[in-house]
Amino acid sequence: MAGELRIGATALILVLCFSMSCHFSFVAASSSPQDIQILNAERRIDLTSHIIKVFLTLKIENTGESPASEVLLAFPPTEFDHLALIKAAVTAGKQKKRTYLPLDVKPTELPNGPNGAKFFSISLLNPLSKGETATLEVLYVLTHSLEPFPAEISQSESQLVYYRDSASILSPYYIKQQTTFLRTPSNKVESFTRVESTNRAGTELKYGPYSDRAPYSFSPIIVHFENNNAFAVVEELVREVEISHWGSLQITEHYKLVHAGARHKGVFSRVEYQSRPSFSGVSSFKNLLARLPPRVHSVYYRDNIGNISSSHLRTDYHKSELEIEPRYPLFGGWKATFVIGYGLPLQDFLFESPDGRRYLNFTFGCPLVETVVDKLTIKVVLPEGSKDPSVVTPFPVEQRLETKYSYLDVIGRTVMVLEKKNVVPEHNSPFQVYYSFNPIFMLAEPLMLAIAFFLCFVASVAYIHVDLSLSKS
Amino acid sequence: MAALETSRGTTLRNAFGNVFSFFILILIGVLAFSIRLFSVIKYESVIHEFDPYFNYRVTQFLTKSGIYEFWNWFDDRTWYPLGRVIGGTVYPGLTLTAGTIWWLLNSLNIPLSVETVCVFTAPIFSAFASWATYLLTKEVKGTGAGLTAAALLAMVPSYISRSVAGSYDNEAVAIFALIFTFYLYIKTLNTGSLFYATLNAIAYFYMVCSWGGYTFIINLIPMHVLLCIVTGRYSSRLYVAYAPLVVLGTLLASLVPVVGFNAVMTSEHFASFLVFIIIHVVALVYYIKGVLSEKMFKVAVTLILSLGAIVCCAVIAVLIALVASSPTMGWSGRSLSLLDPTYASKYIPIIASVSEHQPPTWPSYFMDINVLAFLVPAGIIACFSPLSDASSFVVLYIVTSVYFSGVMVRLMLVLAPAACIMSGIALSEAFEVFTRSIKFQLPGSSVHSQVDVGVKSSENSLPQNDVAKTDKTEDTLKERPSRKNRKKEKEPVAVEKPSVRSKIEKKLLVLPLEASIISIFLLVLLGAFYVVHCVWAAAEAYSAPSIVLTSHSHDGLHVFDDFREAYAWLSHNTEVDDKVASWWDYGYQTTAMANRTVIVDNNTWNNTHIATVGTAMSSPEKAAWEIFNSLDVKYVLVVFGGLVGYPSDDINKFLWMVRIGGGVFPHIKEPDYLKDGQYRIDSEATPTMLNCLMYKLSYYRFVETDGKAFDRVRRTEIGKKHFKLTHFEEVFTTHHWMVRIYKLKPPKNRIRGKTKKSKSKSSGTTTKRSRSGKKNPWH
Repeated sequence: MAGELRIGATALILVLCFSMSCHFSFVAASSSPQDIQILNAERRIDLTSHIIKVFLTLKIENTGESPASEVLLAFPPTEFDHLALIKAAVTAGKQKKRTYLPLDVKPTELPNGPNGAKFFSISLLNPLSKGETATLEVLYVLTHSLEPFPAEISQSESQLVYYRDSASILSPYYIKQQTTFLRTPSNKVESFTRVESTNRAGTELKYGPYSDRAPYSFSPIIVHFENNNAFAVVEELVREVEISHWGSLQITEHYKLVHAGARHKGVFSRVEYQSRPSFSGVSSFKNLLARLPPRVHSVYYRDNIGNISSSHLRTDYHKSELEIEPRYPLFGGWKATFVIGYGLPLQDFLFESPDGRRYLNFTFGCPLVETVVDKLTIKVVLPEGSKDPSVVTPFPVEQRLETKYSYLDVIGRTVMVLEKKNVVPEHNSPFQVYYSFNPIFMLAEPLMLAIAFFLCFVASVAYIHVDLSLSKS
Repeated sequence: MAALETSRGTTLRNAFGNVFSFFILILIGVLAFSIRLFSVIKYESVIHEFDPYFNYRVTQFLTKSGIYEFWNWFDDRTWYPLGRVIGGTVYPGLTLTAGTIWWLLNSLNIPLSVETVCVFTAPIFSAFASWATYLLTKEVKGTGAGLTAAALLAMVPSYISRSVAGSYDNEAVAIFALIFTFYLYIKTLNTGSLFYATLNAIAYFYMVCSWGGYTFIINLIPMHVLLCIVTGRYSSRLYVAYAPLVVLGTLLASLVPVVGFNAVMTSEHFASFLVFIIIHVVALVYYIKGVLSEKMFKVAVTLILSLGAIVCCAVIAVLIALVASSPTMGWSGRSLSLLDPTYASKYIPIIASVSEHQPPTWPSYFMDINVLAFLVPAGIIACFSPLSDASSFVVLYIVTSVYFSGVMVRLMLVLAPAACIMSGIALSEAFEVFTRSIKFQLPGSSVHSQVDVGVKSSENSLPQNDVAKTDKTEDTLKERPSRKNRKKEKEPVAVEKPSVRSKIEKKLLVLPLEASIISIFLLVLLGAFYVVHCVWAAAEAYSAPSIVLTSHSHDGLHVFDDFREAYAWLSHNTEVDDKVASWWDYGYQTTAMANRTVIVDNNTWNNTHIATVGTAMSSPEKAAWEIFNSLDVKYVLVVFGGLVGYPSDDINKFLWMVRIGGGVFPHIKEPDYLKDGQYRIDSEATPTMLNCLMYKLSYYRFVETDGKAFDRVRRTEIGKKHFKLTHFEEVFTTHHWMVRIYKLKPPKNRIRGKTKKSKSKSSGTTTKRSRSGKKNPWH
């Protein structure tokens, strides 16, 4: 019975493979009107933390007749879902004077992508004419792509994870020569898929070199290795930036932190955790580092039941570093929530543009080092009375407007809300919020208070001088 | 011409004095507020201790769900599986006050959090309380005494201990309500105005909303009314001050759900009704006396007395029968322990187990009211010269509150305002005497000032009365019938006679110059000592929030934040519906900070439930597991101070668990846990002690920390060092081991052979375990 099943399954796979390859050739024919081929591809996959960085160097050549202005990158759908960021650059110049010119990367749809493969297109600065070559550097970042196995570990065990990928690069183009390097955090690799010419030396795994691979060739590999880095994931981060034209910028950040590694099971023994830190709870983490802008002041770190006393702030002229410890060490699956707040001098971040409008220049992303943010919301609270807000970001984000009422507001403050999912440290780049503001509005609240006090005194003077009794007795 | 000028001068002086005292009052308010901020500055803006956490949680609910939801709130997070009807069992005054403040601020778009409002409610109301003290004392003895008393109250340590920023408890607003109610009563008594009488009833209503201590008001005021009647000081003003208060006040009080029909049914309120009847009888007698002639009146008296005696007997018989039919004579346990200080320790260990219900020691008087304790007698003497309705009231207030504070430490709080009022009177009287003596004896100004004062005293009568207050004039004043004396106060015509006499009196009052200068100096020194002590008490003694502890060591400040560490862990890493068992002290904090269901909490309304937890903690592991499992408990939380030397941990409270548990489940016997009458946990301890759950959960794997298992609180090595837990597993222990959380292991699968085996094993080896297992109260 079991034998029969196996035969059936093999047959099925064969059929599938056949149909797929047919499909592939068809797609390949139709999807690349310009004939591009990749002369040399090198991929370096950095698995040292839970944020996976992939550096891809492609040397492309236009073999077709017409000039090519776009290069396509293909991703399997699972990888596409975990893709946080993709950047591309073209190298120019010789070895010593090499410069990188950033290129535009846009997601595109190909009607006949095999197995739901997703595509990005890189628009080249200068279209490649026939026979010309160019070298592209591509960086993409994957999150949530390491699957802990075993999924639950006890305090004394270390954390092992799976990484799944393909030995050959998925590409709509014909690749002449390619190599893939994987770097693991330590020597401890439990197992890895061996395909033709696989090499392991220390922390590096090498797949390849492979030559002459057809478009869309795919050979799944799986690597099982030890990774005890802090799997710090912020499930939700809300950063509120409040602009006060009286000279300060107040930032409040609400974190929902979780350890996204292998779940902790069973006993947590404090005595073991304290006496044997190198064996016990190696995959847990107890402190995090937040990089804050320089000249930060009035920093606080608390949660909804009060101040958390375990934090250190170091400041110098270039940066401020806030080292925070959650109330308890975080083991796999444990959660913690906290709030970080600080003030910044306004002149470092608010500028006037040539057309008379003001703009805030602030950093996107999460100040915590080496963390993934599943959902990031940035709320820029503009001062009361500001008009026509607009935002400039280096990458697409969802945006909308809200109104917030703060101290003694009458008409409310405009809030520019920016939302982005799956944010990694590479997203920490500046964005600008433009708005126009009349400084007379700054005086509204002091005047209101003055009038209120004045009326209060007038009322009491009136009360003293008016006789309210009905009859003189 | 000259008279006109002087009158203009005095009005100017009065205006200046008013503005001056207004500013002093503002400063006193600022002082009262800011002296209570030490806790925020030294620690943080956080809710303190235990009960405030409950109030905070209720306030959060109120601000989130609104007032109607609040009245109907059934809390299923506590007293599992019973739950608690919060709306009907809580004094809502504090919560509603803070909720209203929060709502007001938010409708003005001042976005303060509920926590901030709660933290600062107590300091704000302390400022109000000191202003109320000013008003009350001013009614009794004039502005000077009022200002002094207000300044003293602003920083009296006893009151600070209950109202530092973060101490969000009922007393915070109740003391203000108490003093303000008394002020309005005295104001009504002095003016006879129905307006103030109505306000008085409303203030009383606020007090009823705020604190169970309202029974003090509703007993003290009738006592004073009775005192006035007995001493022949009955007047229509007294009637106006009292009758509306009883009628309106009782009606309003019964509107508060937690009081309800208690306002007419419990013995605490009977005194007011009895005096209500008496005052009507007296009023009737005075009326008839005015209508009838002397002879007829005597006839009427005999008639009514004989009739009234019969009716009274019948009524009293019915009352006694009613009261006697209830087991506690219609008194609640706390009130009974006030009347009979030994009551609680005899019958209700749960009341006796609370440290603030113990009688105070002498040092605590010095700590809490400091030099006021010495000034109070002087104030009482000053109140007797002359004795008015108002001053007799404050005398009665201080006498009764001294008694109550002697019974319970907690009621020191009621004594503090009385002591401040008395000391304020004493200090201001003393200053007045001394400064006047100096003024009269200063060379060159003696003749002129005599005339000046004479004129002044003739112009308004109050200073004249204030002046005449030393031992020498006492006799002359006492001779006068008090009612006439008061009439004279009201009439501004009583001029000619005193103006002559006061000059003579003043000459008699004068003390030697040197003596008065030295006395003033000493008084200032005394005041300075008081201020220094108060600031010290506020900064050092009463500002610790008790959920976060600090210690100073050679390498700087060390913070012990273990409680919040544990609560934060519970709230983030357990299921929302998990039940946590701990001793009742930590119930409020667990529900408020960890948002988890608890079995018992600080509202100790169900003794059996608490006794069940106490029994579980003092039972061996298996029996305890069965009890906890039957209560659906998933986690057990114990507080353990042995590693860092935190003395108020569960091992030190353990005997109360045994006592309270044994009070309901007799198989728990206190002597089993004591070795020769001594409570110990070292190798000499009894096996019952060493095998009970509390011991095991506290000391599990403790020996691995230092190898010797030295307990720093008990200063000894523990008795049993190496043992394993079979039915519980450690899931979390905080950084300094102060809170340890254990999870109940799931019951093992039943395997036929094995259960039989283990049964026979357990019955064979440890008979005790199986016996206590059988006696599990939940089987």
